[in-house]
Amino acid sequence: MSKAPKKDKAHVQHPALAKTPTGITGLDEITGGGLPLGRPTLVCGDAGCGKTLMSIEFIVRGATEFNEPGVFMAFEEKADELASNVASLGFDLDKLQAQKKIKIDHVHIDRTEIEETGEYDLDGLFIRLNYAIDSIGAKRVALDTLENLFSGLNNQAVLRAELRRLFHWLKEKGVTAIITGERGEGKLTRQGLEEYVSDCVILLDHRVINQISTRRLRIVKYRGTVHGTNEYPFLIDEDGISVLPVTSLKLEKAVSSDRVSSGIPALDKMLDGRGFFKGSSVLVSGTAGTGKTSLAAYFANETCRQGKRCIYFAFEESPRQIIRNMHSIGVDLQQYVDKDSLRFFASRPTLYGLEMHLVTMYKMIKQFKPQSVILDPITNLITVGSVGEVKAMLIRLIDFLQEEQITVMFTALSLNNVVSEQTDEGVSSLVDAWLLVRDIENNGERNRGMYIMKSRGMKHSNQVREFVITDKGLDLVEVYLGPEGVLTGSAREAQILHEQTGEVLRDYAAGRKDREIIRKRKVLEAKISSLQTEFESVEEELNKTYQEEELVKQVADKTRKEITQLRRGSDGNDTVDNKKGKK
Amino acid sequence: MSPKSEAKKYELRLYIAGKTAKSITALTNLKKYCEEHLKGQYVIEVIDLLVQPQLAEGDQIFAIPTLVRKVPEPIRKIIGDLSNEEKVLVGLNIRPAK
Repeated sequence: MSKAPKKDKAHVQHPALAKTPTGITGLDEITGGGLPLGRPTLVCGDAGCGKTLMSIEFIVRGATEFNEPGVFMAFEEKADELASNVASLGFDLDKLQAQKKIKIDHVHIDRTEIEETGEYDLDGLFIRLNYAIDSIGAKRVALDTLENLFSGLNNQAVLRAELRRLFHWLKEKGVTAIITGERGEGKLTRQGLEEYVSDCVILLDHRVINQISTRRLRIVKYRGTVHGTNEYPFLIDEDGISVLPVTSLKLEKAVSSDRVSSGIPALDKMLDGRGFFKGSSVLVSGTAGTGKTSLAAYFANETCRQGKRCIYFAFEESPRQIIRNMHSIGVDLQQYVDKDSLRFFASRPTLYGLEMHLVTMYKMIKQFKPQSVILDPITNLITVGSVGEVKAMLIRLIDFLQEEQITVMFTALSLNNVVSEQTDEGVSSLVDAWLLVRDIENNGERNRGMYIMKSRGMKHSNQVREFVITDKGLDLVEVYLGPEGVLTGSAREAQILHEQTGEVLRDYAAGRKDREIIRKRKVLEAKISSLQTEFESVEEELNKTYQEEELVKQVADKTRKEITQLRRGSDGNDTVDNKKGKK
Repeated sequence: MSPKSEAKKYELRLYIAGKTAKSITALTNLKKYCEEHLKGQYVIEVIDLLVQPQLAEGDQIFAIPTLVRKVPEPIRKIIGDLSNEEKVLVGLNIRPAK
């Protein structure tokens, strides 16, 4: 019947898949670039699920980030109410309106003021919208919530016909539009708006599970393009909406062979001498009181000491508590907090749902761009989700961190003390390195033993080391492998002492034996000399006898010769007589 | 408003968008009822939104045609071609609802 207002023909033709970025964190990634350009998109959901906010953010981001002015037609809230509602998000609607970047038009429909008689159409609305669009050259339009027309007017047949015409008109006008609608029973919107908007439908949801509410977003349809089909959690905070498309379906992340130190030289030594891989995920698990937080704090300390940044997500202790406690082992984290190279983010897991934790972490990490991240402990997250959910969340977190090349250290409390234990979260298969700290109870004392369950892609020690926490810090000591097995703590000390005593004794015994030998040699030598003397005296004696005999013989010979000569002077017989007489 | 309208008891505004059949019907009906029931006490202002689109926002117009009773207060609106005389008269508070 009546003509639609003048159409802006310049925008009518679009390429099939042209998209308009929304500027809403994460949404553009899920939709593969944004909302369909020049077409209406339906955003539906229950009351309080963020429809209005999403549409206003779409308009504001368009105006501020993409230089696309936008018209916001409000059927529910007045312009000033809307402005004050979104002021907390940092959107200054009044200023943007003054700059002619956005235009807010509040359509007030009050049934008590209106009487219907006879035929009518919604040309007034078309004219207003058209006027608003043309006055600022708008590229974006949001209609929130169009369904209020239905409660204000009786003639449903007219309304439906007019809505159909409106969507058609919006397309011809070439503006990218968001239309919001209340969710109805058994269908997406109470008034079946999805029948008219066929290009893109986004469903928002606000669910409370275990007393924890989570907002979720799902793209019900997006004609002519691929899009993420999952339910994505989203967060509304001081920066507006953040959707979380963390589930990366691909495993084609860049990897680094750079190493990062754990902060404990002895631990680095066990890890091929150089520490963890950059961008890897490290799980430290152990029973209560085994020093998991200390290990994590050491890692944080080391990261900051090298002039890098670190975020510490604490789910158990407050930042001050951690800083104070770490002072006792000689780690001063406060200096890095002051320098803003270390950030703590402490929250009770029950503060909000898992997804919300993830979104929060995601946002903080994106903002702060740390080189390492610590989650201490992940076990506590179990209180807000099932094991499966926690695992799914951690997978997404690990994926995201690996993509950003951020090294992450999780700590996990294990309740049982079986060596081949699985952690409660079942993440042990996801992580790249797994350090296990466990109690070794022996001789009435408890000591900590640490070993590396796995460390992908590097040669690592298979040794159990004793993990010693002193007021000077952490260290790993080689355990004593004695005949009675592995010894730790004071037993190790005692064994070392024992060995030292043994050595002294041995030394002493050896000395004594040496001296004995010397003494024996001396005795022997004395004996040898006395025998020699004896021999010499015997020899002398023998010589003396020998010489005497010789002398006697010589004397006898001489005497006989003299006698013989005497006998020859007289008679030969005299000689014999002489001989006889001599006898 | 013009000075002479101060004397008028009823100030009526009819919003239309071009000379469509509905608009013409509405205007004809309105004039007829006014002559019958409010002779001499009314002033009718016709606003064509195709000519003055900026005026639509001020009176919260979304349907066409819309009749707005500016005076007496409170503001009343009647949308449609005003074909039901009874409703129009009740709506304008000329005749109490039965």
